[in-house]
Amino acid sequence: MARPMQVSRYWRHFREKYRLIGGRCENGHVHFPKRPVCPVCGSKNIEEVELSGRGKVISWTIVRNPPSGFEYYKPFPLALVELEEGPVVLAQLTDVDPEEIDFGMEVEVVTRKLREFEEDGIILYGYKFRPPVK
Amino acid sequence: MRKAVIIGAGMTPVGEHWKLGLRDMAVEALLNAMEDAGVDKVDSLYVGNMLSGSFVEQENLGALIADWAGLGNIPAVKVEAACASGGAAVQEGVKAVLSGLEDTVAVVGVEKMMDAWPSDATRYLGYAADADWELFHGASFVALNALVMRYYMKTYGYTEEDLAYFAVNAHANGAKNPYAMFKRPIKVETVLKSPYVADPIKLFDASPICDGAASVIITTPEKAKELGVPKEKWVEVAGMGRAIDTINLANREDLLSLKAAKVAAERAYKMAGVEANDIDFFEVHDAFTIMAALSLEALGVAKKGEGAKLAREGQIAIDADYPIQTMGGLKSRGHPVGATGVYQTVEAVLQLRGEAPNQVPDAEVGLTQNIGGTGSNITVNVLRRV
Ligand SMILES: [Zn+2]
Repeated sequence: MARPMQVSRYWRHFREKYRLIGGRCENGHVHFPKRPVCPVCGSKNIEEVELSGRGKVISWTIVRNPPSGFEYYKPFPLALVELEEGPVVLAQLTDVDPEEIDFGMEVEVVTRKLREFEEDGIILYGYKFRPPVK
Repeated sequence: MRKAVIIGAGMTPVGEHWKLGLRDMAVEALLNAMEDAGVDKVDSLYVGNMLSGSFVEQENLGALIADWAGLGNIPAVKVEAACASGGAAVQEGVKAVLSGLEDTVAVVGVEKMMDAWPSDATRYLGYAADADWELFHGASFVALNALVMRYYMKTYGYTEEDLAYFAVNAHANGAKNPYAMFKRPIKVETVLKSPYVADPIKLFDASPICDGAASVIITTPEKAKELGVPKEKWVEVAGMGRAIDTINLANREDLLSLKAAKVAAERAYKMAGVEANDIDFFEVHDAFTIMAALSLEALGVAKKGEGAKLAREGQIAIDADYPIQTMGGLKSRGHPVGATGVYQTVEAVLQLRGEAPNQVPDAEVGLTQNIGGTGSNITVNVLRRV
């Protein structure tokens, strides 16, 4: 496994990775992650918007043969979550029994460890989604 | 406008080539193609390859392969478009010929994947996804395709069994291809009983990790005549199209529409002056059974949501209305990623020359469709018997 020399590349995204910062163009189109050009209308007038982190599972899988670096959690559920503001986000599901996952299941965002690079390497954190704690 | 014809084709068997390096395979396929065309020099070389830097720590494939094949000081570059690198390399070769800048070009697609640990191979293939927003979260390519497959099944009411027919068809055809990795027919039960890799994708829904190289020689009809290549060997690249879609699957407007394939196909059909109905066989990119279904829909062969029905109803077999994967497809022939688009081209050439071991009767027009990423970078070529 290649050691991650590109620490700055990961850290560049740290706000988005923790707080789901998306973009909203002048015409109200919301997207995630934030882009320089609105994918719907082409506007370059984009403001940051913090998304609520609440959404529904629209599809999911159980990753049984993960890429190297993610063996620790295997098998783990990975899902497409449609946020209440509209954008779809790919993330792991956590704190859930795989048997319970279903279409339309409500989830909320949490911050979790995603990956470790060996004993003295950096640790990557980011968002995952879980069924809401009531 | 100039025309481009393929006058030579060559390949190595697809499989686990522990005794061959990337350069050995590429040079073997390339020299086979040159011998088939009866040429001993070309004006340039285009190499389709996706991940040589990661898999075998070798880049600069243009120089490596042209040098070792003894092609002299010609221009030679690698073309990368993820798993569509091979199809894109063929297109770059055709463009060079059509532009008039070059007369006779060689294209070789090569990938050496077996030298890596499986989990590293999974990681490298993930480089074609969105590194920051997909791979960062532990997504593999299988997993991304699994998300699409589950959504497809839910949306249209299909079962895992419905999609398994694509694998059965591919293996039935691959069984007759001496260059295929898997030369055994399988049953629907074989697919259904195979273990999950990323649910609902099972081992037999997915194409294998493997090694291989394929090559074609492209020139103009005038030059082909001058070179003395008999006309029965000419296959015209009549149309081509290429398009991209969002690299990140989550950003897709419609998860179940291969928009890039649709746009690429429209361009290729228009350039060739044909419609989907005119095509006699389709070499589509069945890296996963779900991608075969979505491809048939994007190419205009099946209505949206009805791709899987064609397989179940037996309409994709060699002797049926819409033969696909005539030489086994990615599933049975194998999917050495950056080489796949060139293998598809070679196989289409054999069909159109009437030399295929699994011949589609009276094939005059064939289509190859090569997908990079999770549908993010797609090439479509229409080939025609001259
Ligand atoms: Zn907009």
